[in-house]
Amino acid sequence: MSPLLELEQLSLRFGALPVLQGLSLQLQPGERLALLGPSGCGKSTVLRVLSGLLAPGGGQLRLLRPLRFGSVFQQPTLLPWASVEDNVALPLRLQGMARKAARAQARPLLERVGLAGFAQALPHQLSGGMQMRAAFARALVNAPDVLLLDEPFGALDEITRERLGQELLAWCAARPELALVLVTHSVFEAMALADRVLLLGPRPSRVLLELDVKGQRSGPEWTRQDAYFALVRQAQQALADALREAA
Amino acid sequence: MKALLQRWAPAAFLLLALGLLWEWASRSGAVPPYLLPAPSRIAAVLVEDFASFAPAWGFTLQVTFGALGLACLSGLLGAAAFALAPALERALLPLAVALQVTPLVAIAPLILIYVDDPLAALLVCAWVVAFFPILANTLAGLRAADAGLQELFRLYRATPLQRLRWLLLPGAAPYFLAGLRVGAGLALIGAVVAEFTAGAAGHQTGLASRLLEAMFRTDMPRMFAALALIMASGLGLQAAVALLERLWIGRWHGR
Repeated sequence: MSPLLELEQLSLRFGALPVLQGLSLQLQPGERLALLGPSGCGKSTVLRVLSGLLAPGGGQLRLLRPLRFGSVFQQPTLLPWASVEDNVALPLRLQGMARKAARAQARPLLERVGLAGFAQALPHQLSGGMQMRAAFARALVNAPDVLLLDEPFGALDEITRERLGQELLAWCAARPELALVLVTHSVFEAMALADRVLLLGPRPSRVLLELDVKGQRSGPEWTRQDAYFALVRQAQQALADALREAA
Repeated sequence: MKALLQRWAPAAFLLLALGLLWEWASRSGAVPPYLLPAPSRIAAVLVEDFASFAPAWGFTLQVTFGALGLACLSGLLGAAAFALAPALERALLPLAVALQVTPLVAIAPLILIYVDDPLAALLVCAWVVAFFPILANTLAGLRAADAGLQELFRLYRATPLQRLRWLLLPGAAPYFLAGLRVGAGLALIGAVVAEFTAGAAGHQTGLASRLLEAMFRTDMPRMFAALALIMASGLGLQAAVALLERLWIGRWHGR
């Protein structure tokens, strides 16, 4: 299978500060990839390169075909004056779709994320978790090929975080070809949600370790299994070693 | 109802008390009535001479609203143009600032000479002072768009016009309204000051001319009556802007 997108030997510096050094990755259709690393290591920068917001300084980005991206950031980033429905429909409106058609297409997404009853509400009337649901619905509304998630659970409480993560997997299951790149500094989150985890070292970042999660995952309740915790420990150890080396 | 009472009762009581004190002072002779006519006397003059005041009031309001409308239009268009083309801003903003910092009374005589039509001349004078706060505030609002939302619009390849329409302009509404609040007050001031400078030029005259006439005749009740109408206009404008604010952005702003 040819990869959906491929990043080869990406290097990037902000001024004199080298951020990424020779980072390579591939993403298969339908794959869930996590970029795990300490804060400030350039994980979010990789996402911005993937979505085309930032030009790679050195190296190459190859796309299988023109791809559609959906994005969720750490903050819900909703238009405060627009209804939940119109917020979710925004990507379609920006593609030039008429308001009525865009709203009609947004409605099933609202239902899928459990916000059907809040279509007319304004963002400030929702809880933080509900606002994130709206952000997920918006990211999914234009049937993207790749979902880019930049610490999407970072601003949520522990309980909401875990629940929303599991719900995310359920939403994505409806679209088996949808690929997902999750940026996180939580080892637990990465192992719980991803098929494959790339562990990035401190700046300038490169891939320290690649962990195959999918091959070890079996059956339900994955996050209660020993294999899950073994992977978590392995990643934590590798991260601690890298940080000690850097210091 | 109770909230409304709590909000307005203190101001109403104070106003009533001051009015009564003023009435007493004037009637009892504590202050000579030819210096400070009683409120009841002013009200009586206002009613008796309303036929003379009404067209003047209408004229002043016409200049004020006309200038404010022009200021809104030019302020919005200018701010949008500046936001889309920063080079334009670098070229024109210094000019706008220069116009703003020069006192109106100093420019008004020139405008009155250059612009033939008296109504148009007064409109320009009032526009000059009302325009800048609306432009500057709206521009600040266009600049204040959330960085995350800006990134989102870039990600979805929004065109500059889409960004303006769906992100920048709605977000700038609270700033525009703050500018409008200041601009509305200034437009009225501009209309009155310009008329003072113009004197009784055209055949149509406003409240400032009534005020001047009364002053020449030392007709104190008429002076106060004209003043009362100007004040009422200003308060009405502020209330109208406040109402507009509540209807337009009250649902989401500041929550």
